[in-house]
Amino acid sequence: MADPILEIRDLTVEFGTEDGVVKAVTGVSYDLHPGEVLGIVGESGSGKSVSMLSVLGLIPMPPGRITSGEALYKGRDLVKMPKKELRELRGGEMAMIFQDPMTSLNPVFTIGDQISEALLTHNDDMKEDAARARTIELLESVGVPFAERRVDQYPHEFSGGMRQRAMIAMAMANNPSVLIADEPTTALDVTIQAQIVEVIKAAQQHTQAAIILITHDLGLIAELADRVVVMYAGRVVELGDVYTIFDSPRHPYTIGLMTSIARVDMDKERLVPIPGQPPSLISPPPGCAFHPRCAHSNGRAVCRTEIPALRTAEGGGDHRSACHFAEELAGVHDPVATVGGGSS
Amino acid sequence: MSEAETVAAEASLPAPSSNGHDLLRIEELVKHFPIKAGFFKRTVGQVRAVDGVSLNVKPGETLGVVGESGCGKTTLGRTIMKLLEPTSGKIVFDGQDITGFKRKQMRAIRRDVQIVFQDPYASLNPRMTVRDIVAEPLRIHDLYTRGEGNRRVEELLRTVGLSPEHANRFPHEFSGGQRQRIGVARALALNPRMIVLDEPVSALDVSIQAQVVNLLEELQGQFGLTYLFIAHDLSVVRHVSDRVAVMYLGKIIEIGTRHQIYGAPMHPYTQALLSAVPIESPAQRGKRERIVLEGDVPSPANPPSGCRFRTRCWKAQEICSEEEPALVPRVGGEHPVACHFAEVLSPLDLEEQARVRQVAYAAKRAAAAEASAAGSPT
Repeated sequence: MADPILEIRDLTVEFGTEDGVVKAVTGVSYDLHPGEVLGIVGESGSGKSVSMLSVLGLIPMPPGRITSGEALYKGRDLVKMPKKELRELRGGEMAMIFQDPMTSLNPVFTIGDQISEALLTHNDDMKEDAARARTIELLESVGVPFAERRVDQYPHEFSGGMRQRAMIAMAMANNPSVLIADEPTTALDVTIQAQIVEVIKAAQQHTQAAIILITHDLGLIAELADRVVVMYAGRVVELGDVYTIFDSPRHPYTIGLMTSIARVDMDKERLVPIPGQPPSLISPPPGCAFHPRCAHSNGRAVCRTEIPALRTAEGGGDHRSACHFAEELAGVHDPVATVGGGSS
Repeated sequence: MSEAETVAAEASLPAPSSNGHDLLRIEELVKHFPIKAGFFKRTVGQVRAVDGVSLNVKPGETLGVVGESGCGKTTLGRTIMKLLEPTSGKIVFDGQDITGFKRKQMRAIRRDVQIVFQDPYASLNPRMTVRDIVAEPLRIHDLYTRGEGNRRVEELLRTVGLSPEHANRFPHEFSGGQRQRIGVARALALNPRMIVLDEPVSALDVSIQAQVVNLLEELQGQFGLTYLFIAHDLSVVRHVSDRVAVMYLGKIIEIGTRHQIYGAPMHPYTQALLSAVPIESPAQRGKRERIVLEGDVPSPANPPSGCRFRTRCWKAQEICSEEEPALVPRVGGEHPVACHFAEVLSPLDLEEQARVRQVAYAAKRAAAAEASAAGSPT
């Protein structure tokens, strides 16, 4: 495999709040390789977005602060990079798509103005009419009909799906090498989601950008990701290629997620939920943060006292799990099984 | 989860009967919202949120209602509860026509039909303790007596998997899943026979969704409840429903048993909807023929003539714009479908349909481009 284009190393991000310090991200490391889709999956508060947004300088600081770690993009550390340089990277080589296209587009400028701005900001020698022509081309490439006319419309004249297309056009404007998609389809209806997934796939094929797909939707991950990072309570708990994560997960949280979801393509007798609630990030449980909800800990002391390291799973390769007893989990989750027992 | 079992001592209720008697029946239900404009706020149009919906719910069953945003599913639920006044049509609950019931008369009905809302952050009064929230229906119906009332609240909290000590706390002290449990406890307070569940789990994280779904299933078994389960999540609806109704732009376009809808859908919209859901299995990648619809949902203020889905449908012919397809069983199936060209698609058909779709959508785009060139706005 080629050298990673982006390396996150031991990243820790905290937020100062009235109630105490929230440890949003703790010691997170992962790599992004050129041209791949890296899925980051987790529930609200797992740190999946913060880990990425913080290194791009998109988290207000204070209250947020990166207390340790680095993020090497083509060998340069984004964490220490001057703001001006980071700004040049953002929207240029590193582009973003967010969940809600209505709040990420400026309502008082036309769609065309906003995409042209992205082009003009990052291309000093580009003329305005060339930018306009390129904007229309971009809108056409993401499937906005009558792009020539719609380029002069305002965001409110676009439907949710069309706005997300415009956002993707804007993100793709400068042929990014990294595209960060933070819940890109969550706000959309399912038939529109399907359209946007196709647009993202096509855009990636065209630009060969590496994509970081941040989502809570396991279906979207299964469909798009090459490799998967599973986050829980601010830490990476499992990491591996998408087939391994879905077919032989080795962390009880990943297994819990899979047994708790209803499936559209099969009947499940009963869902097996993960008991309890996600932990507080101000005072997380000692040891493994997942142990109070874990179906496999069985009250073993080490789970309560020692934070498990992210170590290579028995299959080897890229597959890593942060569970003291990862080896015991072989065969626990059979993805074909449709019937789960009760969890009491 | 064993939380609900704690009050299993509660008398075993009659098993769901299926003697053909409907607990709820609605006929040609219509709810239009006027669009007002100008200085005098004249009515210039109607948003046809629910536009002629008929369905029935049998005692003890779960009827799922699915559809995308703006299809009218939430308005349907609220109109059935008479939180919104129906424009026309009929609502019959337990043999009684409640369409014209006034507030006071509805009070008796609301003992039997309760609603749980989507957003557990907005549907609980932040200034009331959990005890007051759960006791409120009891007080309104003069069923709250000292001592006895408290016991009932504590019992309800246990039933939904909370502990009686939670009664003195305020909603903000609870997580989303726990708040939804409080909402369910409130709905159960009057021993209703039916609960309208309006997106009860969509605001919750996936691991918590399963907890609430299981709770709802347990309560249904325990108390013989009937559910109208409204949601946009097709996977959750498949899991909880006995029968499923699919809505599009204010109408039911297909209704049948869970196996009919998920196993052999006949309406092109249902087929597209189901094929669009990403499946949690990377092994399925590229193996499913995905129907990607073109275009957006038209405005419910100005729905297309004839079949409302025809503007996005690859099968649409002239008849689709002229004649509204009736919701009746069609050749090749037993459940009602509102499509002139309804059919069950086999995997082979899917490839053929993909070709048909490409041609049809290309023609649509060309026609739209022509219309655009002629100057008429799309």
